[in-house]
Amino acid sequence: MLANHIGHYSLVIGLLTSILIFLLSLKSYKSQIIDKRIFSISFLQLFFVLISFLSLVICFVISDFSNETVFNNSHTNKPIFYKISGTWGNHEGSLLLWLLVLTLFLFLFLINSKNELKRYRILTVVFQQVIIIGFFLFVLITSNPFNYLFPIPMEGLGLNPILQDPALAIHPPILYVGYVGSSLIFSATLAAVIENYISKNWAKNIKIWILISWIFLTIGIMVGSIWAYYELGWGGFWFWDPVENVSLMPWICLTALLHCILVLEKRELLKSWTIILSIATFTLSMCGTFLVRSGILNSVHTFANDPSRGIFILCFLFFLIIIALIIFFIFNKDKQKDYKKIYFFSKEVSILVNNWFLMYFLSVVLIGTLYPIFLEVLIDHKISVGPPFYNKLIVPFLIFFLIFMSLGPNLKWIKETNIKNKFQLFIFFFISLIISFIIYKKIGKTNLINTVLIAASFYLFIVTIKDFFSKELYNISKKLSHFGFSMLILSILLNGILSTEAIINLKVGEKFTFKNEQIFFKSLENNQKENYQSVVGYFKVEDDKKNISLFKPELRIYDQPVVITSEADIKTTFFRDRFLVMNTIKGNEYFNVRYQVKPFMIWIWISTLLLAIGGFLSLYNRLYEK
Amino acid sequence: MRNKILIILLVFFLSFCFFVLFKSLESSNIYVPEKKEDRQLAEFVSEDLFTKKKITSNEIFYGSDYYILNIWASWCAPCRKEHPQLMELSKNSSIKLIGLNYKDDPKKAKKFLKNLGNPFSIILVDKSGVLSIEFGGYGIPETFLINKDKKIIRTFIGNLSDDSVRQINSIVK
Amino acid sequence: MKLSKIFFLLFIILNFFSICHAEKNDQLTIKISKNLRCLTCQGQSIYDSQSDFAVSMKILINKKIEQGLSEKEIYELLKDKYGEWIVYDTNFNRNTFILWGLPVLLFFLGGAIILRKLVFRKV
Repeated sequence: MLANHIGHYSLVIGLLTSILIFLLSLKSYKSQIIDKRIFSISFLQLFFVLISFLSLVICFVISDFSNETVFNNSHTNKPIFYKISGTWGNHEGSLLLWLLVLTLFLFLFLINSKNELKRYRILTVVFQQVIIIGFFLFVLITSNPFNYLFPIPMEGLGLNPILQDPALAIHPPILYVGYVGSSLIFSATLAAVIENYISKNWAKNIKIWILISWIFLTIGIMVGSIWAYYELGWGGFWFWDPVENVSLMPWICLTALLHCILVLEKRELLKSWTIILSIATFTLSMCGTFLVRSGILNSVHTFANDPSRGIFILCFLFFLIIIALIIFFIFNKDKQKDYKKIYFFSKEVSILVNNWFLMYFLSVVLIGTLYPIFLEVLIDHKISVGPPFYNKLIVPFLIFFLIFMSLGPNLKWIKETNIKNKFQLFIFFFISLIISFIIYKKIGKTNLINTVLIAASFYLFIVTIKDFFSKELYNISKKLSHFGFSMLILSILLNGILSTEAIINLKVGEKFTFKNEQIFFKSLENNQKENYQSVVGYFKVEDDKKNISLFKPELRIYDQPVVITSEADIKTTFFRDRFLVMNTIKGNEYFNVRYQVKPFMIWIWISTLLLAIGGFLSLYNRLYEK
Repeated sequence: MRNKILIILLVFFLSFCFFVLFKSLESSNIYVPEKKEDRQLAEFVSEDLFTKKKITSNEIFYGSDYYILNIWASWCAPCRKEHPQLMELSKNSSIKLIGLNYKDDPKKAKKFLKNLGNPFSIILVDKSGVLSIEFGGYGIPETFLINKDKKIIRTFIGNLSDDSVRQINSIVK
Repeated sequence: MKLSKIFFLLFIILNFFSICHAEKNDQLTIKISKNLRCLTCQGQSIYDSQSDFAVSMKILINKKIEQGLSEKEIYELLKDKYGEWIVYDTNFNRNTFILWGLPVLLFFLGGAIILRKLVFRKV
């Protein structure tokens, strides 16, 4: 009750401080002196949003059902961990978290940018406050987390059980840090455009924020995939589902920006392109928010949705796009009066090629996600765009992308005069082709494109490993990230072509043989847990070398709301995951059992982590240099 | 000049996107298949609930001008709700009512009919759910109106309302 | 050093897989069910979904394969019943040529812009 009121009022006060900061910074922008009060008020703003957020957490912890959000998403006999994570597992609470990260980032920016242009700093604050005010209004008008319910219900409706999961508890906060980081890049870019401050120095500073949001976005997407792997999917980890695409798009754009900013930093080229990418990244994040929260999309991961929210975000999104475009067209003075010679064999060009391919992949994902919506509105015809579409359009181009990626990063800035080790590079390619051919021979499939694709990814893999042994020890972060990426692609591809599975209906006491393994359904066990009833199946899997492993897949029947989920049992080793999941069949003593062998599964996660660690090292270097 | 054309194009493009996205908010994101009328039924063999004998589609769709095929199950709550409407329809002599018992326990199904009355002249058993897909059904309950040429002329998704009964009666006369 | 690494890698890969083809029909059923969208839980494929509809659909697909229908014929059959929506792999037709064409067009446009900036630059 009390926490509810405190939360609501601090949210309102937070909005007022936002407006105050907005006005104060406009004033300081005119007078060119930074009003010291801006710092203290930003701190206050952060404080109030934090209080508001904490009060919602408290409401969830004490199960205060006079709060509508708590009523809709919680239940008294839910474990305390999920009561807390339930705070951001719903639409209203997640927006509050979003707001918290927004204000936190602005505050960090303010205290970390002391030696930059004054006017640039203030303008960044102005733009960031516009976004913050927008979100404050969004929360307060359309999705207030502190709506009051009377009479007070005795019991809540409960959180969807598939969301009651540790990976999903940390997934949203991490992802939001990534999204929100892109908002700061957006504001800073617009401020820099107006102040004509797009320069080497700016690139150096903004790169920190790009890295932060890139790292968080990478890890956020990975955690989401891991969750989908063991909870949602029957062994799949990426479904090309619209909601997944929506998180992938800002990531692709940010990756392009991360490379492009290097060119700006080293050679002061590609200014306009950097600006466009910065704007696009945030636009895509917002567009994603719109698509997910408005409920236009038809996805596995849906939020409770409401069209009025959609209209608000849509208008806000277009308002920001229009502001960005106006500023871009009026203030961007990048006429490049000083022509710099660009040579074809240079790092700049290879980064351009990288951006070119990344933009293509982005356009595939974007068009694939939006096209069904457009088609339905325009000619009232519904189609589905699924994995085959993305595979067909991405795979052929991926081959060239991987080859360029093997060659490009070793070129020098400005001009590469002699490409070393030409012979070695050819040998490597030849070896990769042979490996790939042998793999395909071994599994008895022949597919020209796939053979070349595997070859290309092996090539990148070998080249990136070779890079570790080269004498130049600097830029270990780049090497690590590129190596991580090559391993990611390789493990995804090998996983894709080598995975095998069997689907069978079994009852207790039956066994069946799959390849060289025998699966025996030993017994069933019923248990009553805190908020669900668990049915555990015991399966003995024995291979021809008499290695026995025991699988314990579980069915959970949750009480509030009544939902049955199946928890897979996964045995992970360095070379393969074995995945066993069971399901009930209506009116039958049989269980639907799926047994999958998925090679190199763990390497997908490890390589994504390496990718992020590479980013983190680069960030560490940046901060340390300062 | 080139910049101006670019700006105009951009503005046009953005307003187009805004319009489409705005429009899309109005429509539901749940897909409901278009009701294709006049679809010819394929031939099939099924089993009778009571006699447990095999019957072919030719035997089932025989001797009446119109047929109603209703997919139901004892575990399905809306089926209970539409039962009075089905009883109402069974009074119409020019319609032959055929039930398709979907993934059900035969005992429970019989009990269900014993309690609420049996409007059907034949009840087919669909233990695997495959037969209902052959008819193009995907939810339960679902009702098809079929003419004597074995063409589906109307589809009703969800439980039958009084209005749908009126519609059927007006088609059949 | 490098060579030994490569051989080591080869060795691992070759030893690891001893894969033969399982029953072909099962694999085809899985392939087809991955490409079909479930009408009950609409975000999932028939393969991923456990709804009644999806379970029956898998049985139906198996049955149709046994009857000798090809993958394509099964898609056509289901499209006829449930509309184009049910198939994830959209065909290239007059409704979707933009979907397939636009990304590729953008790719070449991007390439043209980069080339123009590089080759035809006034120095």
